Amino acid sequence: MASVPIAHGLLLAGVLFVLGLVGILVRRNIIFILMSIEIMLNAAGLAFVVAGARWGQPDGQVMFLFILTMAAAEVSVGLALVLQLYHRFKTLDADAISTLRG
Amino acid sequence: MNTVFYISAGVAIVSTFLVITRRNAVHALLYLIVSLLSVALIFFALGAPFIAALEVIIYAGAIMVLFVFVIMMLNLGPQAVEQESRWLSPGIWVGPTILALILIIELLYTLTLEGNQRVGISNIEPKQVGIVLFGPYLLGVELASMVLLAGLVGAYHLGHRDQTKRSRGL
Repeated sequence: MASVPIAHGLLLAGVLFVLGLVGILVRRNIIFILMSIEIMLNAAGLAFVVAGARWGQPDGQVMFLFILTMAAAEVSVGLALVLQLYHRFKTLDADAISTLRG
Repeated sequence: MNTVFYISAGVAIVSTFLVITRRNAVHALLYLIVSLLSVALIFFALGAPFIAALEVIIYAGAIMVLFVFVIMMLNLGPQAVEQESRWLSPGIWVGPTILALILIIELLYTLTLEGNQRVGISNIEPKQVGIVLFGPYLLGVELASMVLLAGLVGAYHLGHRDQTKRSRGL
């Protein structure tokens, strides 16, 4: 197996997380926002697996399994909400859902 | 195996950058699938083959396919690509990029304070993960099943198109 310094693994996880964060902040299309959330969840899971591999224990992989489960449930509910949004507002603009304001 | 890690890391970063800068949603999804596959390779290089397989099967194989199906159902058309071109002006990238660079510099500084241990020397077999899941993390597995049940019921109820004229809303 590899013998990578832990700093490189955590730095990769941090860079992927920050790319997902930039994606959430910049994009207006709600599909892209959901995709950026998935990027961030994947990066956090990568950090967990790197940490688990550092100690040689399966706990990091178990944490990634739980993150995967939660991401699956969140994606299904989020995409159902996207379908409702498109059905009612005929747009995927995240700024269009402002009817609660005022 | 070290070169596998570094090459896959480069592919992951490049494809993730391409995900957030594409105008077409399907193109971005395909680049996201490439990113997930490269992260699965990284997991395999770090000695976590069980999670590498799960990443490919569940994340790239089920969740991303769900995204693709929803985008196909929405039937967006070329005006969606033009709309993305209008929304993505070059000026909006400045603020988030500055914040992201600040976070990365902070992370680099924090990582230099750490020791320089090596990762991925030993292979963690799926059997060990299974034993731990049935042992200390049993409660977590039950809670995860409840989360999935809640997601299932919520997605069914929210995705149901009310055919009658009088809609009760969500």
